[in-house]
Amino acid sequence: MADAKMVNLTIEGRAVSAPEGTMILEAAKLAGVLVPHYCYHPGLPVAGVCRMCLVEVEKSHKLAPSCATAVAEGQVVHVHSEKAIEARKGVLEMLLINHPLDCPICDQAGECELQDYTYQEGRGEGRYRDPKRFNPVEDFGGDVMYVANRCILCTRCVRFMEDVAKEPVLAVIERGDRALIGKFEGEDLTHPWAGNVIDLCPVGALLSKDSLNKARAWELDRSASVCPGCSQGCNMIVETRDNQVMRLRPRPNDAVNQYFMCDHGRLDYRWMNRRDRVEQPMVMSGGSLAATDWDIALRAAATLLRGKRAHVLASPNLSNEALFLLATLVEKTGGRGTFRVNQGEEAPLAGVDDLALRADRAANVRGAEMAGFTRSDTPLSGLQAGDVLIVADEELAGVDASDVAHAGAVIVIGTTLPSWARHAAAVVLPIANCVEEEGTFTNLRGRVQRFMQAKAAPGLARPSFFAVGDLLAAMGEGKGYWTAAEAFAALAASHEEFAGMSYDTLALKGTMTAGATAGAR
Amino acid sequence: MGFPHKPHERESLVLSKHFGEREAIGLDGWRARGGYTALQKALAMQPAEIVQLVKDSGLRGRGGAGFPTGVKWSFMKPGDGKPHYLVCNADESEPGTFKDREIMRWTPHALVEGCAIGAHAIGAEVAYVYIRGEYTEALEKMNAACKDAYAAGILGKNAMGTGKTVHVYVHKGAGAYICGEETAMMNSLEGKRGNPRIKPPFPAVSGVFGQPTTINNVETLAAVPHIINNGAAWYQAFKRADNPKSTGTKLYSVCGNIQRPGNYEVPMGFPFKDFLYDLCGGPLSGRQFKAIIPGGISVPIQTRDEAEATLMDYEGFVANGTMLGSGGVIVIDDAQNLVKQIARAARFFAHESCAQCTQCREGTAWTTKILERIVAGEGTHEDFDTLLEIAENMTGKTICVLSDSCATPVISGLTKFRADFEALIKKKKVHMVPAQVA
Repeated sequence: MADAKMVNLTIEGRAVSAPEGTMILEAAKLAGVLVPHYCYHPGLPVAGVCRMCLVEVEKSHKLAPSCATAVAEGQVVHVHSEKAIEARKGVLEMLLINHPLDCPICDQAGECELQDYTYQEGRGEGRYRDPKRFNPVEDFGGDVMYVANRCILCTRCVRFMEDVAKEPVLAVIERGDRALIGKFEGEDLTHPWAGNVIDLCPVGALLSKDSLNKARAWELDRSASVCPGCSQGCNMIVETRDNQVMRLRPRPNDAVNQYFMCDHGRLDYRWMNRRDRVEQPMVMSGGSLAATDWDIALRAAATLLRGKRAHVLASPNLSNEALFLLATLVEKTGGRGTFRVNQGEEAPLAGVDDLALRADRAANVRGAEMAGFTRSDTPLSGLQAGDVLIVADEELAGVDASDVAHAGAVIVIGTTLPSWARHAAAVVLPIANCVEEEGTFTNLRGRVQRFMQAKAAPGLARPSFFAVGDLLAAMGEGKGYWTAAEAFAALAASHEEFAGMSYDTLALKGTMTAGATAGAR
Repeated sequence: MGFPHKPHERESLVLSKHFGEREAIGLDGWRARGGYTALQKALAMQPAEIVQLVKDSGLRGRGGAGFPTGVKWSFMKPGDGKPHYLVCNADESEPGTFKDREIMRWTPHALVEGCAIGAHAIGAEVAYVYIRGEYTEALEKMNAACKDAYAAGILGKNAMGTGKTVHVYVHKGAGAYICGEETAMMNSLEGKRGNPRIKPPFPAVSGVFGQPTTINNVETLAAVPHIINNGAAWYQAFKRADNPKSTGTKLYSVCGNIQRPGNYEVPMGFPFKDFLYDLCGGPLSGRQFKAIIPGGISVPIQTRDEAEATLMDYEGFVANGTMLGSGGVIVIDDAQNLVKQIARAARFFAHESCAQCTQCREGTAWTTKILERIVAGEGTHEDFDTLLEIAENMTGKTICVLSDSCATPVISGLTKFRADFEALIKKKKVHMVPAQVA
């Protein structure tokens, strides 16, 4: 980009300089002007069919589609001139003549571009007096439902499946106003990334069956986060209502996931709302776990660890902050740290370089490795008699009490209490899950990315970095951290891979760790 | 000639000279009529020479737009290392037009020869002839002509023994009007849905299969051998004295309420009044012409006065409120209500819209619904304003001009023949409540 020739033009009276070959619509964004559009999407090839982004270019007798017209030196572009607005008003009216105008029962309402632009630029009243075309709702398979009557035929979904997913399943069928989106014979939208067509659809035509009729768009609170579903680290938005995660959606990041997110990550959110959480610290007393307060529980854990080696089995879904503090604990006690990773089938998104649902189904595998934890399918195998086993946010599925019987003691730092631990754990420290706390993950290519808190943790559960920091403090190591930013600053100060990083510099798109070279992303 | 009628003495027979002669269809018969001498000559010429000759002749595209053919060819740069393609647009689907069909039916070798010369001129080794799906007879004749031309060594890797490669392939369309639009045709040729493409890039830069492509109409290409054989000056001579911009002969297909419908070939600048009354025999008995659509359904409708004042060439039609278009003359007489004709045209466009652009997809159908409602006696005066505003929204805002084509007859109808619209409003049905219900 740096050596691209720059072109100077004027958009809505503002001077803009854009690289040669940029389309007017993108150049307008640089000037802070949004040209209304439907079919254009930066992650898809240009179609130029909705004709909504028409703008007036001086010295040109016809209105120009700004998504398909390149910038030219000295061009003067009017986005909001009378002629351009009239044209867009005409498009909006036409888009609505066969539209059922059923916003009150439409899931898209509140985040619908047809609604937004109609309020912004459309006519107050339509002039259409004839019967509307009707097509039935169709199940497209996967998580996708098609409401043909609301479709504006922008073809974003068609282009996504054809050019990005490279599995052409959708097409425009029929012609004229009878046209609609159809599936190829015998095909379904079962591609692992097909759910993106729901986000790409600017109107309420493609809807998620999972979130159908669950929430109104304006009721949702949104937080920037990173998908914990695999080691790719797709940026996402967590949408909550009343402290419940309702929906996960992709958040654009050119360096990681562009505009996309796979169905596995998108739909795997119910565990975030689990009700069977550990809500208060507990210590073993008289053969059963008894609720207590944090100070007592931390002291009890520190006492157990005194003079013992800690065998830490950590989840690769813990934040860097928590993992590095746990690594400090391992180092201090001369113990060892292990982790295991759930495996799944890898599912690449063919049209985007280095983007896939990874086989490693955990967000921070790289972070755990960098913290010095050993990856193992049998993470308990190195547990020696007398070691204190610390299980951090790991359910130890398939393990029962006898497997951990030879441990000197078991400390659970977790969100839930597995059944084997009810009698085995000496101390239980409740922590927040990854949508309830702030932190960072390092993805498989070494990109460190922040995630924000989206909902409150239950009961007395504390953020993981906070709980581990306090445990270390109780053991006489440091004074704990009040904020995740402090914990990260300490990490950055002591580990050269993170040198120079801070929450401020990571911002919302993340930074590559020093020395990370594998892959462009 | 006014096939199926005998030629009229005022016609200038160049392309249609052999219409109706069965012998001219076959290769031997065609050779006997001087066929393929132009190709022999052209293959010995440099491409640039041919382009210059065609430029000098003043030949312009006969498909509708009237773009100078030589100039179009000069956009192609032979020797740029890319494969070039010539596509012959034989998808003649403009309602009211059937001139290309007759060229292919009676003189298929004329088109094969024209394609071969055109391909050589633009540095292409391959020419595709994209024939309208419904033209089964034309397809059959063209296939046979190509087969014979290959067998005779006229086409192929050593065309006419010159060592040059010229292939002509015939491709059958699947019956979509929009595939007559050049970029939609390229998509269709590639096996894709026939949707027009956004320009730029223009076909000369990135056309069929992403390579430089030139698209010419059947009639345009069929005229080229005559220009090669007879020279630019000969072709230039077919024109009116005061307009050097339109040259050559033009085929017109005449249909509608007229005595002798058919194909006629006249030189540029021929008086339209003489054409209609003399060559075509005038209106049916007891009737008068009311409206003329001179260039296929997409061009503005002329009133009788406008038509009678017109001199038939590109500029002459424009000077009288319309366009030469494809040369498909549709004659409507005073026994017809024009709204019905326009509604029928709109229905056609609504059916054929490729559904890409919003204004066209929705606008053509909306226009049709309003017009049909007016025809049914359910229209109101507000509908006229709405129609005009829809038409305005459909003009100049879409990828191709199908949308504009649908708007054109509506605009010219409402401005020139408003009485026909008013007549239908006056006939508006009044829903009576029965006085007594038994």
